[in-house]
Amino acid sequence: MSEAVNVGDVVAERTVHLDRAALVRYAGASGDVNPIHYRDDVAAAVGLPGVLAHGMLTMGLAVQTIEEWVGDPGRILEYGVRFTRPVVVDPDTGADVTVRAVIGQIADDVARVDLTVTFDGATVLGKAQVRVRIV
Amino acid sequence: MPVNPELVGRDFPATAPYLVGREKVREFARAVFSDAAPHHDPDAARALGYADVVAPPTFAMVLQDLTLQQLLAEPDSGIELSRVLHAEQRFRYTRPIVAGDELVARLSVTGLRTMGAATMVTSEAEITDLEGAHVVTATSVLVVGEEQS
Repeated sequence: MSEAVNVGDVVAERTVHLDRAALVRYAGASGDVNPIHYRDDVAAAVGLPGVLAHGMLTMGLAVQTIEEWVGDPGRILEYGVRFTRPVVVDPDTGADVTVRAVIGQIADDVARVDLTVTFDGATVLGKAQVRVRIV
Repeated sequence: MPVNPELVGRDFPATAPYLVGREKVREFARAVFSDAAPHHDPDAARALGYADVVAPPTFAMVLQDLTLQQLLAEPDSGIELSRVLHAEQRFRYTRPIVAGDELVARLSVTGLRTMGAATMVTSEAEITDLEGAHVVTATSVLVVGEEQS
């Protein structure tokens, strides 16, 4: 982190393509083996529109979008989200999740980075905010 | 069985010490689509002043999940995994988790709120090193839905 930032600056942006293998990889890495994240029959039985990405996978890949800008991971003081809509991962075509990170506020050497995370034209995380020490 | 209101304020024992491994950090970083050097390259992490590779911010969930398993295992909790939705998640960091850390997590249920047929359960996992120094606090809001009849 070398350049000064201002409220409204876009500090990072990316689109991540999720396929079923990505869900299995996250299940193994995290220990969350809930079958709604890899079995269509179980997802259907509990009334879901399809196999869903783990909310924590979406939350995790969203914050990684800003890490090059952040530099030292120790600058991240706080990170919170609300899970507002599911990300349905089609067995053939997967799902594209887009993350856009904008400076929402700067106060006392801490920037609030607002993450807008969208899938299929709608936001999937609410109030996704990261507090980052910038000095 | 509805969610047991007496869970609030109940003391849970600290989880068994969890040793954070370098390959586990790398595996988790790959799973959240991160190729950033501090998560993969020990030399890059040392250049920033860390002893080894640094875990991604949401890695703390691995520790918090151990405490949520304690909660689900309480025979009188009234919480069944199949009826649980994750509504909110927050992490407050004193420092990042680093490979080589030995960590414990201590659960407390801080709030229960009924919303129609559902109950919102707020829980906190305080994650510390073996000396008791704070590393990160993970807060979850779970929505426990109505029992299927």
